[in-house]
Amino acid sequence: MLRTNLWRLAVLLVFAGAWEGTTRGDLINPFWVSNPSRIVADLWKAFASGSVFLHIGITLYEAFLGFVTGAVAGILAGFALARWDGLSRVLDPYVTALNSLPRVALAPLFILWFGIGVTSKAILAFSLVVFILLVNTYAGAKNVDQDLVIIARLLGANRRQLTAKVILPSSIPWIFAGLRLGLAYALIGAVVGEVIVATAGLGFLISHAAGVFNTTGVFSALIILMVIAMLLNELMKVTERKLLRWRPKIPGI
Amino acid sequence: MSTPPAVVRRKIAVESLSHAFEIDGRTVPVLTDVTIDVAEGEFLAIVGPSGCGKSTLLNIVSGLFPPSVGRVTVDGVPVQGINPRIGYMFARDALLPWRTSLANVAFGLELHGESPAGREAKARDLLRLTGLAGFERSYPSQLSQGMRQRVSLARTLATGPDLLLMDEPFGALDAQTKLVLEEEFLRIWERDRKTVIFVTHDLFEAIAMADRVAVFSARPGRIKSVVAIDLPRPRSVTAGRFGPRFQELYDRLWDDLRYEVVAAR
Repeated sequence: MLRTNLWRLAVLLVFAGAWEGTTRGDLINPFWVSNPSRIVADLWKAFASGSVFLHIGITLYEAFLGFVTGAVAGILAGFALARWDGLSRVLDPYVTALNSLPRVALAPLFILWFGIGVTSKAILAFSLVVFILLVNTYAGAKNVDQDLVIIARLLGANRRQLTAKVILPSSIPWIFAGLRLGLAYALIGAVVGEVIVATAGLGFLISHAAGVFNTTGVFSALIILMVIAMLLNELMKVTERKLLRWRPKIPGI
Repeated sequence: MSTPPAVVRRKIAVESLSHAFEIDGRTVPVLTDVTIDVAEGEFLAIVGPSGCGKSTLLNIVSGLFPPSVGRVTVDGVPVQGINPRIGYMFARDALLPWRTSLANVAFGLELHGESPAGREAKARDLLRLTGLAGFERSYPSQLSQGMRQRVSLARTLATGPDLLLMDEPFGALDAQTKLVLEEEFLRIWERDRKTVIFVTHDLFEAIAMADRVAVFSARPGRIKSVVAIDLPRPRSVTAGRFGPRFQELYDRLWDDLRYEVVAAR
């Protein structure tokens, strides 16, 4: 493990070194691509002055709102469609149609409807998250081991007990896979909304910095976003491991 | 305990039962005109070639689906829907992988609304009975095949069914584990003598455990012969196996069965 980590560090150092080296000489103008030392200095300044925290907070808030509402709605809808065949037969083409629509393209509409503040971004994030969870929950509920369903029925489970005690728990791994993906998409929704128009947030920082040719500022915001996304993903993995203790350990996951 | 009860009550009556499945628009008959009674406290084994409808018969008796033709009664009442007084066990353990052994055994009781303390106590007793004391907190993925099947047996017994339907319950186990589990099941069964219909491919298993063995024909299955197994009880799965009477019964049943197995190929 230590060996792996050392190699990982080596990859980072080589990459950052090459970036720094080529932009220090006359090879590449740092005006276009910035370089690591400028980015580190910029990040240091942003965190020392505290100015960046507002933007991080806004983006996280939008992503969080969209994630939670989208996840809840998606899971409920996924179960509803899986448990009522009539409903899924009727709605199937609409779900497919909406799901194939690139929802990022709806951003201008959401901004028109809900303004340039937090709401429109949260709704964009929601629109991305809800379908991911819907599709995953539906698949999870439909893929439940039929032996388990039969044995539960033979032991006297009614419909409600079957859903709560067999179908729900066996869909949990699928739901978690959806939540992990959904979290990344919630962040995408928030940032894309901010890039289009906003007054605060990391996406706003990116589009503002790019507007004044400040590539260092763009990279700083990107790195913050990357770190946030990775931390959230790790958090999700830890929760998942706690909740899914019963699963056999599969190496590499 | 070696003599059957004086008054023999009819537990299950299967009357002129036929069943067919619709597969890709074709009608495939799996059972034709099966009629058999099972007495209260009787251990009936069913042997037959693969695909002869043995499992279908159990599914119909359990109430999972109605037969195309004919009638099944349990305790004189026609089967209509699932009867929770019946315990059903498969070759696949079908344990809920997210539940510990204890919670798996308690599952049926939980569904029937038994209190947490009551169902835990019962589940503990049954795990002890099936030789799994100390594994209450293990998940199915942490147990061997044989142990999982013990949990499955404990779960089947937990709701206190008075009729057991067993569909090759030890069929997926290795030969040694299978002998041990057969022996233990026989010991448990001989204590309270619930009515059992036991489907198996294994003629040794059928003779060693059952009061009667029914041989099913190749698909569509019908009853070819029924042989009473008059070996004395209590029995041992291993000890009686090489006796002359066992051999006689085996030869007789194998004669019937071999023909059907060949026909099924």
